Amino acid sequence: MSHLQLIPEQASTFALKVDLLFYGLLALSVFFFGAVTLMVAFLSIRYRKGSNVDRGPMDHSIAKKLELTWTIVPTILALAFFGWSAYVFYDFTVIPEGSMDVLVTGKQWMWKVQHPNGKREINHLHVPVNTPVRLTMTSEDVIHSFFIPVFRLKRDVLPNRYTTMGFTATKPGTYHLFCAEYCGTEHSKMIGKVIVMEEGEYEKWLADGTATTPAVPAASGGEQLFMRMGCANCHNSVNTARGPQLSGLFGKEVSLTNGEKIVADENYIRESIVNPQSKLVVGYPPLMPTFKNQMKEEDLYVLVDYIKSLEAAGASSAQRGNAS
Amino acid sequence: MSIANTLYNNAEYPARNYLSRKTIASWLLTTDHKRIAVLYLVSISAFFLVGALFAAMIRIELLTPSGDFMSGDTYNKAFTLHGVVMIFFFLIPSIPAVLGNFLVPIMVGAKDLAFPKINLLSYYIYVVAGIFAVGALLAGGVDTGWTFYTPFSTTYAKSSVFLAVTAAFISGFSSILTGLNFIVTIHKMRAPGLTWFRLPLFVWAHYATSLIQVLGTPVVAITLFLTAVERVWGVGIFDPELGGDPVLFQHMFWFYSHPAVYIMILPAMGVMSEVIACFSRRRVFGYEFVAFSSLAIAIVGFLVWGHHMFVSSQSTFAGIMFSLITMLVAIPSAIKVFNWSATLYKGEVTFEAPMLYAFSFIGLFTIGGLTGIFLGLMGMDIHFHDTYFVVAHFHYVMVGGMVIGFLMGMHFWWPKMTGRMYNEYLAQIAAILAFIGFNLTFFPQFILGYLGMPRRYHVYPDEFQVLNVLSTAGASILGIAYLLPMIYLPWSLVFGKVSGPNPWNAKGLEWEHTTSPPDTFNFDKTPIVTEEAYAYSATAGEH
Repeated sequence: MSHLQLIPEQASTFALKVDLLFYGLLALSVFFFGAVTLMVAFLSIRYRKGSNVDRGPMDHSIAKKLELTWTIVPTILALAFFGWSAYVFYDFTVIPEGSMDVLVTGKQWMWKVQHPNGKREINHLHVPVNTPVRLTMTSEDVIHSFFIPVFRLKRDVLPNRYTTMGFTATKPGTYHLFCAEYCGTEHSKMIGKVIVMEEGEYEKWLADGTATTPAVPAASGGEQLFMRMGCANCHNSVNTARGPQLSGLFGKEVSLTNGEKIVADENYIRESIVNPQSKLVVGYPPLMPTFKNQMKEEDLYVLVDYIKSLEAAGASSAQRGNAS
Repeated sequence: MSIANTLYNNAEYPARNYLSRKTIASWLLTTDHKRIAVLYLVSISAFFLVGALFAAMIRIELLTPSGDFMSGDTYNKAFTLHGVVMIFFFLIPSIPAVLGNFLVPIMVGAKDLAFPKINLLSYYIYVVAGIFAVGALLAGGVDTGWTFYTPFSTTYAKSSVFLAVTAAFISGFSSILTGLNFIVTIHKMRAPGLTWFRLPLFVWAHYATSLIQVLGTPVVAITLFLTAVERVWGVGIFDPELGGDPVLFQHMFWFYSHPAVYIMILPAMGVMSEVIACFSRRRVFGYEFVAFSSLAIAIVGFLVWGHHMFVSSQSTFAGIMFSLITMLVAIPSAIKVFNWSATLYKGEVTFEAPMLYAFSFIGLFTIGGLTGIFLGLMGMDIHFHDTYFVVAHFHYVMVGGMVIGFLMGMHFWWPKMTGRMYNEYLAQIAAILAFIGFNLTFFPQFILGYLGMPRRYHVYPDEFQVLNVLSTAGASILGIAYLLPMIYLPWSLVFGKVSGPNPWNAKGLEWEHTTSPPDTFNFDKTPIVTEEAYAYSATAGEH
C-alpha cells in the first residue's frame, strides 16, 4: 500500500486560483460546521433534563434578530463566494489568443491527440511548460470528459461538437489524465499521462519522427484536404454562385435562411461540413452533400483549421462576401 | 428513558387496532393508509438490502487498485443498480410512503388519506416497477449509471437499459399519486381548528415534497420515455448520430432529478423537526421560518438543475445563473439547521435513540450542505465535477440526511406503529455506530475527490488506495449499524414492552389522540385542535 496523500500537486496557472477558492470555502465550512456543532453541544449539555439553569420565557425580539442574522449573513457570504467563483470560471472560459492548438479526440476507450504539426499520440499529451495551450475536443462515440487533476481542469467531450479548454502548465512532470464522464466497460482505463516538458525539449519531441503517423504540418495538410475533398469546386473566389466564400469567414456573423444570425465559429464550420443542410446561408441553394463518415475527426479538424486560417483575400472578395 | 419507563410500564396493548385482522387478503387489499405504510416498509426494506448488497460489492472491489474481485462490466452494473435501486426504490419512497403515509392523515386529524384506493394503487404501481427492476437485474443487469446519460444509454450500452428505464418510469407514477394524495389531504381534510400554522412541520415538509413529486416527476417520465423511444425505435432525440442532442437529455433529466434530491431530503427534515422538538420539550424555534424554508426549497429547487452541467458545454451565462440560484437554495437549508439547533435553547434535553440520530443528522447534513456549496460554485466544480467529492457530498445528504432521518423517524414512531418498545441500549449503539461508520466511509472520499479520483472507476491509481481502504472499513461498520435495527426492531414485535399511546410524552395528534397501534380509523371521534404544534410545557406561557 502506498503513502497517504492529502493534497494534490498544482501544475497550472489555473490550479492556484482554484485552490485559493478551495481554501476559502474550507475556511467557510469549518467556521459554520464549528459554529453549529459547538452550539448544539453547548445547548444540549447546558439544557439537559434536570440541569439547574434558567428556563424562563424567551425574549422574542432576540429571536427575530437571530432569524435575521442567520438568514442575512449566510446570504451575503454565499453571494460573495459566488462572485469569486464566477470570476474563476470566467477565467476558465477565456482562452488567450495565440495559444498552441491541440486536437483531442475521445473514443471508447482511448484519447487521441494531434499536435499543431500533425504529430499524433494516444493516451499521452505532451505539452511545453509556461505556454498557453488550447485543446479542441470532440468524441467519436459517447460523452467523455477530459480531466487533468493537477491542472484542476476538466471539460466534457461531446460527439458531433467541439468543446475547448485552455491551460498553461507551470511545472514539468508526468501527471494523470482521466476520463471523468462514465463511458462504459473500460471507463476507468480511459486514462493516460500528461507530460509537461521544458520548451526546448517539447520542440525536440515534436520534431522527432518516431511517432507512428507521418508528421504532416496542419496548414499544408488542410489545403491538400480542401482540394482532395473537392471543397474548392464550389468554394472558390471565381465562381460564388454555388457556395459562399470561405475567406475571412471565421469569426464573422452569417445570416441563415431561417432568419437567425450566428457567428461562424469552429462548431459552425464543422457542422456545415458534416451536416450542411442544418444551417444554410442566405442566398445559396442547398446543394452541398454531407461529408459525414467520409473523414476522420482528425482530418475534419485539420480542414476546419484550414478554413479558419483563410484570410479575407482582398477588398473585392470581402465586398462580395458582404453582398451575399 | 426515565420518562418512557414510568409511562409505559402499566400500559396495555389495545385489543382493537389496525393490525388486528391477520388474513393475507386483508393486507393485500387494504386501503388503510397505515397498512399500506407497512406494505411499503417491507418492500423498501427489501430493496434497501439489495441496494446495500451492491454497495458492499463496490466497496470490496475498491479495496485494491486493480480489478481483482469482478470484471469492469460487473462493477459498472453494480454501481448502476446500487443507484437505481437506492434512489427510485428506497430513497424516494422511503419517508413519504412509509412514515408520511402512516402519519400525515393522523397528524391532520383525518381517518385516512383523501383517496385510499389511489393510495393502494400507488403501492401496486411501485410493486410493478419493482418487478421490472428485478427483471432488469435478472436479465443481466444494466450498466449506464443511474443517470442514463445519452448517447451511451440509447445507442452504446448493451445491457437491459429498456427494463431499467421502464422500472424508473413506472415508479414515477407511484410517486406522483402519493404526492397528489398528500396535497389533497393536507388541503381538505384538516381537523377543526387545525390551521396551516398549527400543522406539524412534518406535514409542511410532506406538502413541499408532494409539490415536487407532482410537478417534477412527469418530466423525468417524459425523458425516460424518449430515451426508450430512441433506444427501441431509433428515433433521433438525444443521439447526434441520429440528429439529436445529447446535452438535451441532461437538461431534461436534471430538471427532475435535482428537485428529486429535495424529494429525498425534505421529508427527513420534517422528521428532524418532530424529534428535536419532542426531546427538547420545546416548540421548534422559528416555526414559520422552518415551514416556509421547505416551500422555498421546493420552488427554488426547480431552477438549479444546470449546476450538474457546468462542464457539459452549457453556456457560460447559463452556468453563472444556475450557480447564483444554487447559492440561494442553500440558504433555506441553513436556516433550518440554525433553527433546529436553537430549539435546544432553554429546553429539557434528553438523549434517547431518536435524538442521537437527530444530532447525527445535524452534523452530517451540515457537512453535506456545505460541500454542496463547493459543487454549486462553477470555479470549484470544474475540478470536483464527476470526482469522489461529488460521491461523498451526495452520500452525506442522502445517507447522512435521508437514511439517518428515516432511521430517526422509524425509532421515534416505532412504538406508535407497533405498540411495542425496542431495546433502547441497542438502538443507541446502532445510532452511534452509524455515525462513526458513515463518517469513516465517506469522509475519505472528499479527499479522494480533491486528489482527483473520478467516480465510477473500477480500477484506480495506487496512490488512492489508503483512503479507499479506510472507506471500505467504514462501510463495514455502517453495515453493522444497519443490521442491528433489522434485528432488534422485528424482535420487539414479539418481546418488546408494550409502549402505551405516548411513550415519549410527546405532543401531536398521533401521540395524544390515538392508541398505539392506532385503531383502523385512527380516532374515535374527530379531534378538535385548540393549540399550536409542539405546545410542550417548557414553551408554555410564552405565546
